Amino acid sequence: MPDISVKAFAGKIDSPNPFWLASAPPTNTGEMIMRAFDAGWGGAVWKTIGEPITNVSSRYSAVDWQGQRILGFNNIELISDRPVETNLREMAEVKRRYPKNAVIASLMVASNREAWHDIVTRAEDAGADGLELNFGCPHGMSERGMGSAVGQVPEYAQMITGWVKEKARTPVLVKLTPNITDIRAVAQAAKRGGADGLSAINTINSITGIDLDTFVPRPNVDGKSSHGGYCGPAVKPIALNMVQQILADPESALPLSGIGGIGAWRDAVEFLLLGCGTVQVCTAVMHYGYRIVEDMADGLDNWMREKGFKTIADFRGLSVAKVTEWKHLNLNYKIVARIDPGKCIGCDLCHIACWDGAHQCIHLDRVTGPVDGHVELHRTPASHQAASRASLAETPVTRRERAAAFAQGPYPTPLARIPRVDETECVGCNLCACVCPVEGCITMVEVDTGLKPETWEELTKGATSGKRE
Amino acid sequence: MSLPAIPDDPQIRARFGDLKPALTRQAATIEADRCLNCFDAPCTVACPTHIDVPGFIKRIATGNLRGSALRILDANILGASCARVCPVDVLCEGACVMVRQNRKPIQIALLQRHAMDAFWASGDTPPAKPAVSKKLRVACIGAGPASLACAAELCRQGASATIIERRELPGGLNTYGVAEYKLRAADSVREVEMIRKLGVAFRCGVDVSSAAALEALEKDFDLIFLGVGLGAMQRLGIPGEDCDGVMNALELIAAYKTGHLKELHGTVVVVGAGNTAIDAANAARRLGAETVYMLYRRSESDISAFDFEYEHAKQEGVQFLWRRLPLAVRAGDQKRLLLDTVQVQPVSGSFFRVPDSEFMIECDLVVPAIGQSSLADLLQTLRGVEVTEGRIVADPATGRTGNPRYFAAGDCVNGGREVVDAVAGGKRAAIAMLKNAEAAHA
Repeated sequence: MPDISVKAFAGKIDSPNPFWLASAPPTNTGEMIMRAFDAGWGGAVWKTIGEPITNVSSRYSAVDWQGQRILGFNNIELISDRPVETNLREMAEVKRRYPKNAVIASLMVASNREAWHDIVTRAEDAGADGLELNFGCPHGMSERGMGSAVGQVPEYAQMITGWVKEKARTPVLVKLTPNITDIRAVAQAAKRGGADGLSAINTINSITGIDLDTFVPRPNVDGKSSHGGYCGPAVKPIALNMVQQILADPESALPLSGIGGIGAWRDAVEFLLLGCGTVQVCTAVMHYGYRIVEDMADGLDNWMREKGFKTIADFRGLSVAKVTEWKHLNLNYKIVARIDPGKCIGCDLCHIACWDGAHQCIHLDRVTGPVDGHVELHRTPASHQAASRASLAETPVTRRERAAAFAQGPYPTPLARIPRVDETECVGCNLCACVCPVEGCITMVEVDTGLKPETWEELTKGATSGKRE
Repeated sequence: MSLPAIPDDPQIRARFGDLKPALTRQAATIEADRCLNCFDAPCTVACPTHIDVPGFIKRIATGNLRGSALRILDANILGASCARVCPVDVLCEGACVMVRQNRKPIQIALLQRHAMDAFWASGDTPPAKPAVSKKLRVACIGAGPASLACAAELCRQGASATIIERRELPGGLNTYGVAEYKLRAADSVREVEMIRKLGVAFRCGVDVSSAAALEALEKDFDLIFLGVGLGAMQRLGIPGEDCDGVMNALELIAAYKTGHLKELHGTVVVVGAGNTAIDAANAARRLGAETVYMLYRRSESDISAFDFEYEHAKQEGVQFLWRRLPLAVRAGDQKRLLLDTVQVQPVSGSFFRVPDSEFMIECDLVVPAIGQSSLADLLQTLRGVEVTEGRIVADPATGRTGNPRYFAAGDCVNGGREVVDAVAGGKRAAIAMLKNAEAAHA
């Protein structure tokens, strides 16, 4: 049976599984965190502790997409609005009752050494297993010289990390903001400052949308809005890229707790494959509750079984080296699209996508006779459509007419509607496979070009030195 | 034009409530989002009027409801009633690619109804196309879907059109012949009112089946469109057919839709098993008949009604007597009727009576529903318009008949299909007439 526990993350932090709750509303109180641990969460990063703030109402807004709620999520909530002592008293209670779960204190105080020394000591005295320095909050706190105001200036980040390390006995994680040109700059600074680990990414500056009746962006606070921090499923690709950047750079690589759009075990595995030691979740919990961790845990367990991995260490980071610079990609690798006529449902989205968004090599000519070659040789989408609109259609009112109208051909879809790929023109871009609504209908198949692998770097080197054959 | 009002009877309204509930705004958006937005969509191809189905559905998804309705009306001016009466199982929804993935087809009819309901609620009217007025004057005979579509298209393109209808109300079968739980007569009339606002003139209660009347029309108009539909329902051809208590299916449906029939009791026998027969049988049940039989000379697998109509009739509690033929209607006691019937065996197109299989059904109403005959009188007076087997011979693509001044479409040409077929035919004829006029002008 696979072991999904985490041992000595950032040096010292153990956790029954890699699934932590991120510092956010789901970790607002001790009562909440204990319920989360009961549900199966391995760890929790406490809602950022600091001088209590006053929040506004409303605080959240979401981006929905095609009937699905919360593709992306945005907040303008600040750090904890509860007194430091209340949070720390509850933290001590949680640690006493859940000694095996990881409790991380997220901290944010004014940028002076004494304030940081004081809060570090108090958090560790309360029993925190580690500290997470919130250098990422992109709204409100940054206007007061904290949060991302620190995280956007490498020198500040390094300095404050240094102050914290002067006192800290537990691992220190620095939480990074993505709202910066190159996230590695601050990651490197944190490392220079002595950080034991990193958390990335924090939320992304955002305006999620505007009410078209009132013209006020969301969330609306008495007729005005403010940029917030964007998270949820939509940000995962951005987070994965930044995680990869940090971990591929020896100057910035540290034990990393991955954050950004994780809502299911598959997402978590992706972060682990890029080298993360733990992952943090917020939006998905705010959407569905703590219970989502159950599938995360046994989904990971079942995937590890299937792949034969015994521990997380067996696969952690396997994908890091599979990301490279573009110039190292093989220019002579060629794939083409193949459409399975037995699976095609005839939506012809691949045809229109290829014509209007790619390379005009998917045609509707199985009946008229296949033609390979340039765009001029083929009927255009507009001419197909015009022919259809000019056709005469009648309601099949008799049984015989209905039988004829719904007669089955060699494939479930009429041949005229099953597109064909002109492989001589296909560039293997994947667009058709991306738009096809049927799983496994369009596959990208490797074709032998007869050429030996060659990268852009090799090609241009050869060209300048005149050695290219 | 002021139309006689359709009585809004609360009892009829309660008994013939909407067959399917409307989609809420959110449900419509979710359903609209399910649509794959196929290229050159099969639903659009299957629709005789080629409504841009993904186009109007995606406008619902984005909240552009006016745009959605206008997209529908652009292709099919009777989009509101088609959303309610079309047999979509064998048209757009039957063509939906979703079914090939064993997924439910997009609920195109309900979405179309959603867009059209929103359009009615907004009080909007479709804009008349800003075309220069053309000199073409067309008389459209009959105020059913074919003529309405033809006249609407002519007016939208700047020609003038006058609809001449022999009945009191326009709309044809949409007003008088569609089951009320699908389309209310009042809604059909409202749709006609929208077409009137496009500039179409109406003359209702005017019969033009005489040679003299036609001659007069030929003088006043450049072209004549025949959207006359079919004639009265066919007779059973059995003794006693003219008894009180025998009322054909279209009479029955028109009677309750116009408030002349509010209740039925006892036993009703409908003869026939087409879609109209089912509408009549269901109506009889809803009007209060305790027992409703459908008598059909062939078997279950031969009925011409759509499958969903047959299923619906079973749900309404209609009972079926297969391979049985009516022989005679006799008057019984207390105004009841006695219908003599016999079991038949179909053998190569003929029906042999099974010996000793006669039985008599005591009932209160006999409803013949074995199809409509052609409008023989009118068709005989049309000069140069060829008629075969009761149908006007016209080019399906243009509606052209043998007489260059006459065009035709709808049931009188196709022998009886759906509203959407009539709309498509009427529109095509209008386009052909406009082209004709343009060519003549040039």
